[in-house]
Amino acid sequence: MTTRTHSHERDQDFSDVDRAALLEALAAVLPAASLLADHEDLKPYECDGLSAYRRVPLAVALPEDEAQVVDVLKACHRLGVPVVARGAGTGLSGGALPNEHGVVLSLAKMKRIVALDPYARTAVVQPGVRNLAISEAAAPHGLYYAPDPSSQIACTIGGNIAENSGGVHCLKYGLTVHNVLRVRAVTIAGEIVEFGNHALDAPGYDLLALMIGSEGLLAVVTEVTVKLVPKPEVARVIMASFDAVTKAGTAVADIIAAGIIPAGLEMMDKQATAAVEPFVKAGYDLNAAAILLAESDGTPEEVEEEIAAMRGVLERSGASEIRVSNDDAERLRFWAGRKAAFPAVGSISPDYYCMDGTIPRKRLAEMLTAINDMETKYGLRCVNVFHAGDGNLHPLILYDANVPGELERTETFGAEILELTVKLGGAITGEHGVGYEKINSMCVQFASDELAAFHRVKAAFDPQGLLNPDKAIPTLHRCAEFGRMHVHQGQLAHPELERF
Amino acid sequence: MIEQFKAQIRAGQALCIRGAGSKDFYGNPPQGEMLDTRAYSGIVAYEPTELYVTAKCGTPLAEIEAALAAQGQCLAFEPPRFSAESTIGGVVAAGLSGPRRVSAGALRDFVLGVKLLDGAARELNFGGQVMKNVAGYDVSRVIAGSLGTLGLITEVSLKVLPKPVADATLRFEMAQAAALDKLNRWAGQPLPMVASAWEAGVLTIRLAGARAAVEAAQQKVGVGGTADAGFWDTLRDQTTDFFNTETLWRLSVPSTAPEFKLPGEQLIEWGGALRWLKSDAPPETIRAAASAVGGSATLYRAPAELKAQVGAFAPLPPPLMALHKNLKAAFDPQGLFNPGRLYKDF
Ligand SMILES: Cc1cc2nc3c(=O)[nH]c(=O)nc-3n(C[C@H](O)[C@H](O)[C@H](O)COP(=O)(O)OP(=O)(O)OC[C@H]3O[C@@H](n4cnc5c(N)ncnc54)[C@H](O)[C@@H]3O)c2cc1C
Repeated sequence: MTTRTHSHERDQDFSDVDRAALLEALAAVLPAASLLADHEDLKPYECDGLSAYRRVPLAVALPEDEAQVVDVLKACHRLGVPVVARGAGTGLSGGALPNEHGVVLSLAKMKRIVALDPYARTAVVQPGVRNLAISEAAAPHGLYYAPDPSSQIACTIGGNIAENSGGVHCLKYGLTVHNVLRVRAVTIAGEIVEFGNHALDAPGYDLLALMIGSEGLLAVVTEVTVKLVPKPEVARVIMASFDAVTKAGTAVADIIAAGIIPAGLEMMDKQATAAVEPFVKAGYDLNAAAILLAESDGTPEEVEEEIAAMRGVLERSGASEIRVSNDDAERLRFWAGRKAAFPAVGSISPDYYCMDGTIPRKRLAEMLTAINDMETKYGLRCVNVFHAGDGNLHPLILYDANVPGELERTETFGAEILELTVKLGGAITGEHGVGYEKINSMCVQFASDELAAFHRVKAAFDPQGLLNPDKAIPTLHRCAEFGRMHVHQGQLAHPELERF
Repeated sequence: MIEQFKAQIRAGQALCIRGAGSKDFYGNPPQGEMLDTRAYSGIVAYEPTELYVTAKCGTPLAEIEAALAAQGQCLAFEPPRFSAESTIGGVVAAGLSGPRRVSAGALRDFVLGVKLLDGAARELNFGGQVMKNVAGYDVSRVIAGSLGTLGLITEVSLKVLPKPVADATLRFEMAQAAALDKLNRWAGQPLPMVASAWEAGVLTIRLAGARAAVEAAQQKVGVGGTADAGFWDTLRDQTTDFFNTETLWRLSVPSTAPEFKLPGEQLIEWGGALRWLKSDAPPETIRAAASAVGGSATLYRAPAELKAQVGAFAPLPPPLMALHKNLKAAFDPQGLFNPGRLYKDF
């Protein structure tokens, strides 16, 4: 275990939480069916989509409405009990990983679409509403909710807010932060606060932007107003093959340089197409070193114009084969492999670890070459899918948790990729969040002054640090500890701190 | 230069952070000793294919826009250009967006990263230059529109976009209620309508995007008069006659809010979501009208006495105000930066 980069040491100690007092306090404010405390009932909540990390909480609260959320939070606040909010548990960074001395606050029962106003193009939804359910409800009006994470059939809008989730179409349509007008939330003290409103801006600081991507550390989301946008009349996708990853990378830059912002611009490397093709039979070119999927949407005239323009660019950039979807069935088939990449990889490897760094697009080839070398170094395979348009990489490291040492090697492999994203001018996470998983890598991305500022922001909302402790923002001590092993850009990270 | 800024912060006096001063009118009246940002100027990096530009706070907006235009790109949120010297730091701190905001997004949507000096003169770096970044809290977007109250912005990175290929400006004679209805119906359809303005019985809309899309949309919205695209620049820069006034309210409301029956003239932008109002109705009446429909009213331009009386920005509910104060204290515990500019409470 000595190679393990992930320190499991806790920043905050909650071991003195009184379980009996907690259960009594929760039972007083929740219906019996909304409180789980038996080990077998708690088991399903022990992890999120990142199943390598598991902890069983003391209790799970499943409030039915906002008033119960307020009561649960007030009780936990009074008793000093940590609270981890949870949506669908599809998160990939251990954000919803429970604290074993705390409560999981599941919003799963709050899944009502409160109002949908096609004229105003807004939907007011409870936090447990699934991402796709919003678009389904809006469809009869020719509208939809734009951010479309691949997990959209399962993940909730509350989780999307917490992670600022994106999807394959966010290059053109934006992330969660660009598509939400208002968030209603409850602070750990049980106070109800509204961020934003149904107008396009609200007075004061943009706390709506601060809430989005705050990983459940600032407040618990109880209601959200999202923007709905008109469904484009048509969409078509180009699938282009390249015999070198560098060429595919250049082609992405060339499309942007031509003044085109495609609706989606995704890349898969050879290992990725090989993994997904048997699974989805999308017809991918298995000889290509990389394929690009470039989508255009809009009016039929617009799409025709843009597809022709993109085809021209891709040809000039050296695509070895170009195919354009002729109908929606074909378009969805081209996308199927990309959208099913994670489950497909899950079917060829006992376990996989999904990374999520962002880099400037022009550094792509460099990154992929480095990952290639790391595969040899760690003796593990890695499959690359990539939101190429916005530089967001998803290397999937394949491993087998039952082989001793593989998980630890995988973690080190992952941490090395993240360190490189920072070195290349990017970020350690583009959309999955820091959570529990990348907390040490935060020490690579940020200096201690910024981390201290983050802690002050946290304290502005939750001075006792009860909401989702030990996640997202590392303590300076953790970084000093981590820094012993890692030297950042030739400098020791956090030199001002004592080493121990 | 940064050292000079730090020294000025360390002196511990209240500071009025200022670029060219073109937005001195905005928010509550500036107070404190002047900290002029203009000498810290220049584009640090501009990479057209990475879609970002990074500039020091004192860089003139005009310089940035000229560099972008040379590559066929732009700041799609169209910040108003109140003067040729307006600086990018001031643009970001004010957080104001122009006519295309309704389709392209607001300034805050384009902020990728900021560098900041906080109240202890520490250099802080949030966000970066990549499009997607969820590491740590999204402090950069909070800085946008914070009117310099959280720190001295020293550098900003903004997302840039290609300029639309084709453009058409159309005009229709229409009463306000009908225009509001049209705008909301059009917005529910896949039309490349990027901006709109209604004033004195005339609705002007801007279609922009791919050539074919603009042509097709012209058929769909129906026959109207055409107008010069230069109109949008004057609207963006607030140089039309309408803006020539001492007192001006800015009502940010849901686009579907019905016509306000308030005395005075109105100019409506953003598909109905932004209502400019020249009115001598009592401030409480105007604020109440905006909040009744779920929006807010900003006293945008006004004589200092009036601003002092009612505050530039609509009051916040107590729990939200408490969070504002906490956040201010997190960055500027001594209250050095632009005291009172946003709210008199901090
Ligand atoms: C197969 C697969 C594909 C994926 N594809 C994508 C993708 O394309 N793009 C993308 O961005 N992500 C993707 N994800 C990641 C994940 O789906 C998203 O992060 C999603 O937003 C999580 O939603 P959830 O409801 O499952 O949240 P959870 O996993 O339950 O929680 C995530 C975080 O949100 C917090 N939280 C949840 N609800 C609330 C609330 N009401 N108030 C406050 N905090 C709350 C939790 O505490 C936790 O920190 C994928 C995951 C999987 C498994």
